[in-house]
Amino acid sequence: MTILVIAEHDNVQLKAATLNVAAAAVQIGGDIHVLVAGSNPSSVAADAAKISGVSKVLVADSPALADGLAENVAEQVLALAPNYSHILFAATASGKNVSPRVAARLDVAQISEIQAVDSADTFQRPIYAGNAIATVQSADPVKVITVRTTGFDALPQDGNATVESIGAVASVGLSSFIGREVAKSDRPELAGARVVVSGGRGMGSLENFKILDPLADKFGAALGASRAAVDAGYAPNDWQVGQTGKIVAPQLYVAVGISGAIQHLAGMKDSKVIVAVNKDAEAPIFGVSDYGLVADLFTAVPEIVAAL
Amino acid sequence: MKVLVPVKRVVDYNVKVRVKSDQSGVDIANVKMSMNPFDEIAVEEATRLKESGAVAEVIAVSCGVAQCQETLRTAMAIGADRGILVQTDVELQPLAVAKLLKEIALKEQPQLIILGKQAIDDDANQTGQMLASLLGWSQATFASKVELGEGIARVTREVDGGLETLELKLPAIVTTDLRLNEPRYVTLPNIMKAKKKQLDTFTPEDLGVDVNPRLKTVKVCEPPARSAGIKVADVAALVDKLKNEAKVI
Repeated sequence: MTILVIAEHDNVQLKAATLNVAAAAVQIGGDIHVLVAGSNPSSVAADAAKISGVSKVLVADSPALADGLAENVAEQVLALAPNYSHILFAATASGKNVSPRVAARLDVAQISEIQAVDSADTFQRPIYAGNAIATVQSADPVKVITVRTTGFDALPQDGNATVESIGAVASVGLSSFIGREVAKSDRPELAGARVVVSGGRGMGSLENFKILDPLADKFGAALGASRAAVDAGYAPNDWQVGQTGKIVAPQLYVAVGISGAIQHLAGMKDSKVIVAVNKDAEAPIFGVSDYGLVADLFTAVPEIVAAL
Repeated sequence: MKVLVPVKRVVDYNVKVRVKSDQSGVDIANVKMSMNPFDEIAVEEATRLKESGAVAEVIAVSCGVAQCQETLRTAMAIGADRGILVQTDVELQPLAVAKLLKEIALKEQPQLIILGKQAIDDDANQTGQMLASLLGWSQATFASKVELGEGIARVTREVDGGLETLELKLPAIVTTDLRLNEPRYVTLPNIMKAKKKQLDTFTPEDLGVDVNPRLKTVKVCEPPARSAGIKVADVAALVDKLKNEAKVI
């Protein structure tokens, strides 16, 4: 068995999610290769070659792969697919974008968001916003999988894989990249942060959300939000933690003004320690929190900042 | 131009599902069913494009049991002009649905297919991308803005860390994210009107598609429960617990 892991990157840096995906590959067992498809991605390839347990890094370098267009990246993966028993993507915006295109063309089912490996063909994945865990078995010749990164501990980067250039596919020419608005932030990335501070509808407004800034500064935390807060326009969508947003499992999760709807809990209940601040003592968030503080967030948050 | 909008009948998002005691699946007998919320956003977007004059006809399509007719009627009450049901009692997985939708797309020749990014039951997030792949079309997933031009669609997407904008050659596939729009409230007169709209029914056999499931569900379990912790009296107690008990700060 040989497993292909699709590296997640921005042409400069390897994203940490790739280390979790490679960890899933190790659990499946077999020779592990990593595909770095991008434009001038040599520094990414060097990072990928250090992932423990990876034997080979394949580099496809082409302007057509610069912006991660699903049509082009899928073709690149398909060109390699016949050599592999498993093809693994991170269950991130980019992985989810490409993976089903590959699976459909191979005429195989995709196994989405696995969080545990039972065997080389049997996996556990959450359904219904994590309210149930399905164990599914695939009889397909190739397993195309997206990996929920919080389910697998990142592999160390102490390896030394060979790096090999491969032919890049031509652009399919169906879509073109126009531009990107990346929110500039000095904070850690939400998905991999050690501490996450999230606000909910209880924050009341976009302006009020700013009271979480000093708290996040103290913790060195990423900022998150519930879907209700995003829907209300208090926070940007890429802060969203939950079934339809990001899945996080930090060491410390601080939920401020979040009631704890099922869909939010689906995104954070695997956090190591959960703190909830809410003025409603009956809020469901207290049912999953390790430490609950029933208080008005507008007085409690500055107090916590002062006490830290 | 025509827009096709696939819609899925799912357990209503307010229902907390229960796992069956024999671990064969979740119990969906007698629970409220609704249109998948992301599909509702898709129908709304297609309807708005029609209202803007950019689109001539909106066709809703659903694959599944006979009761999916109700989901199609909801889509038509929002604004779809007609509905297509691909009726089967077989458990449909995303690849099978994508194959059925491909056949419908080849029949109807839409220039745009708008789907929800994921269904809130199986949380697969696959069908739109698979359909694009099978048709050999361009795709823009997780859309927060869609504009149509001459032979193109310009789509802003929600990605990790921000937004990106793509230009797609039509025909194209778009999948919806939360902030694309806020679906309208369906009015009673529109529900009545929807009852009179055309609804055609096919079977997977009519379309020549093998819909047998590829993934076998071995079992379905409850997730490990997280027990509730304690309530602390005040901020000082909270900070003390975090420092000395949980040792996370």
